[in-house]
Amino acid sequence: MSRLVVAGVKKRFGATLALDGVELHAEAGEVHAVLGENGAGKSTLMKILAGALRLDSGRILLDARPFDVRGPIAARDAGVAMVYQEPLLCPHLSVEDNVLLGLEPVATGVFVDRREARRRTDAALALVEAPGESRRLEPTTLVGKLSPSERQLVALARALAQSECRVLILDEPTSSLPADDAERLFEVVGGLKRRGICILYISHFLEEVERIADRYTVLRDGQSVASGTMGDTTLDRLVELMAGRRVEQVFTRSERTPGEPIVRIEELAGERLPRSATLTLHRGEVLGIAGLLGSGRTELLRAVFGLDEVRSGKVRVGAFVGPASPARRLAEGVGMLSEDRKQEGLAESLSLTDNLTLSRLDGLGPFGVVLPRRAQAVTRSFIERLRIRCRDPEQPARDLSGGNQQKLALARLLYHDVDVYLLDEPTRGIDVASRADVYGVIDALAARGKAVLLVSSYLPELLGVCDRVAVMRRGRLGPVHAAGDVTEHGLLVEATGAAG
Amino acid sequence: MNLSSLKPWLQKPWLGPLVALIATYALFVALTPDTFARGINLVTMARQTAVVGVTAVGMTLVMVHGGIDLSVGSSVALTTVVIARALESGLGPGAAALAGVAVAVAAGVINGSLVNWLKITPFIVTLGTMSVLRGAAKGIADEQKVDADPQGLDAWMAVVPPERSFQLVPWGVWLLLFVAALAAALVNYTKLGRHIVATGSNVLTARLCGVPVPRVTVIVYGLGGLACGLAGLLEFATLTVGDPTDSIGLELEVIAAVVIGGGSLAGGQGSVVGTLLGAALLTVIKTGSTHVGLPNWVQEIATGVIIVVAMGVDRLRQRRQ
Repeated sequence: MSRLVVAGVKKRFGATLALDGVELHAEAGEVHAVLGENGAGKSTLMKILAGALRLDSGRILLDARPFDVRGPIAARDAGVAMVYQEPLLCPHLSVEDNVLLGLEPVATGVFVDRREARRRTDAALALVEAPGESRRLEPTTLVGKLSPSERQLVALARALAQSECRVLILDEPTSSLPADDAERLFEVVGGLKRRGICILYISHFLEEVERIADRYTVLRDGQSVASGTMGDTTLDRLVELMAGRRVEQVFTRSERTPGEPIVRIEELAGERLPRSATLTLHRGEVLGIAGLLGSGRTELLRAVFGLDEVRSGKVRVGAFVGPASPARRLAEGVGMLSEDRKQEGLAESLSLTDNLTLSRLDGLGPFGVVLPRRAQAVTRSFIERLRIRCRDPEQPARDLSGGNQQKLALARLLYHDVDVYLLDEPTRGIDVASRADVYGVIDALAARGKAVLLVSSYLPELLGVCDRVAVMRRGRLGPVHAAGDVTEHGLLVEATGAAG
Repeated sequence: MNLSSLKPWLQKPWLGPLVALIATYALFVALTPDTFARGINLVTMARQTAVVGVTAVGMTLVMVHGGIDLSVGSSVALTTVVIARALESGLGPGAAALAGVAVAVAAGVINGSLVNWLKITPFIVTLGTMSVLRGAAKGIADEQKVDADPQGLDAWMAVVPPERSFQLVPWGVWLLLFVAALAAALVNYTKLGRHIVATGSNVLTARLCGVPVPRVTVIVYGLGGLACGLAGLLEFATLTVGDPTDSIGLELEVIAAVVIGGGSLAGGQGSVVGTLLGAALLTVIKTGSTHVGLPNWVQEIATGVIIVVAMGVDRLRQRRQ
């Protein structure tokens, strides 16, 4: 009998069927890779296993017993623990306090039993020590002082510290680690496997999956489409399974003629990401950037726009060279759409009008005066032009649906009338109709001689709207391809580093 | 008039404090109709609101911007001392007033700069300058009240003489209304005002939209300082001495006025009109309690309860929307 059996699991969020009958069998003492593109349903499935979500229908068996828990604590008591992509730790507490947070052994009613606590911490830390490792984690060190990979290990130890761990879920554990630290993590995972723990391993890096996984299950559009033994398949085949059928999508692309170069980026490196990026963006073109989450695409746009520090390299906009502030960039005609609509893209408590006119308040009245009537007239014209669904221009941006919020954020750039559009995931999480509207806007911009740099995780979109595409991988931007010369498969291979 | 045309008015942030003010006023009129309802009492209350009101208008800008300024009480006291010392040294009343206000503006600009460059939260920065400015005031005053001939500055807050009854209230009260009108216009109808609101609402969005956040911060705290300076001038006009131990605890009353008026400690929200109403409400409670004969300690409890209740009611109202 398998350690973990997932049978016919379904989960619906509103109108979206996130999981549509998922099957998964994982054994004790194996590393089982869960593969799929963004939005395939991996996270939803893992959250159900970790107790953060409840399934709508279907069955989960853990060691032949029904696994039906409410909440992450109950899941961990039952023996299923999860380590998230960004470890959730308290930086001001020590390693020991983090490992035992919420599980502190108590003596005489109120006091933490320090000796027992240390014993358990040491036991948990021993599990995550790579064999032959000389440096080890000290229980008393503050977590804030640890490196990302050490934090990853603390999070692992924390997952293992509770009751006997039977299933351990690792979500993109290496995405923020440099190569040698990833190596160390693989050894730790190998050790856990030999102890008979079943490890569900989620990663976009296929070469890494090939190295440490024994078996795999591929999810696509909420369904499990294939599973098998790692040795019996090829990375090419896995990529094919993940990408699957081509999703039909109406992309607008009119005749475009690329003009003069408008932005030149040379060997640009940020504080952490990107490590190195070189490209030239022309008027009248849409240049796409593909890559995995955390590969440094967003950071590239932020560095170009002056939101993040630039460590080295050059950004040349027109005649101006060098780093700059967002205000300076806007004055030069460069605007950016943030990937994070809610936290950064919009001031949600402010009105549509305030959000739309914030970057360009001049010209709405004499001497820096802003006449509400004029600002509202501007807003109304964009509401009409982009078909933004709303009650009136003075309602808070928070009230709008995701698609309409995105249109509002885009409208701000259109109103500012920039020449260079840095668009970060402009269609993330928005409905198909809004999506088509956004594509229409992008196409019209390029046709009018504006330049668009488009970051997207959605490959059909990149191939559908871009003239040229480049792939970012672990902070480095690859060569720029003509969109006609590449396939989704090719981009996925380049992004994941699977030898094509 | 149908309901839908009323709706925009029902959503105004100052509606709550306005209702509270009218209700409280009506309550005290009912309790002590002989004394409280007299016109002269209205004038007295307006006078008593001037200093808190002017300071609170400045604080409204600071809090809408997402900050806070705990040093306002010290700044007001320092201004009275500087004005007194300046008069003492032979400067004319205009120059002395200017000197006092300039010192307060400088203190505000320093607050803003520290918030910017040290990246310390405004609460901590102004907690520090609260002590620094208080100390400076005591030092300049040699730790005692500074007596100086006010040379007419006291007229700002003096009871209006009968021959100028058209003036209704002392100039200081008119100054409060003038400052409030300017600040309200600034917030609602200028580029700077929109930048202040946007920064308080979401500083990341403001940065993304090219708002020069550091510059806006310095200007906002500078304007807060200007308000303290003007309030200090009115305070000197009331006391006619420079008093380094004056206005201790003023910051709490001022913050209460802003918060009652719809301001939020989280920034992005606040209304100058609401703040004025909040300041007036505090005065009405104080004066009314005195008229009714409630001891001081009961007034303090009542004030505290009303602040918390006002906030609770406002929360409920917002959640309903």
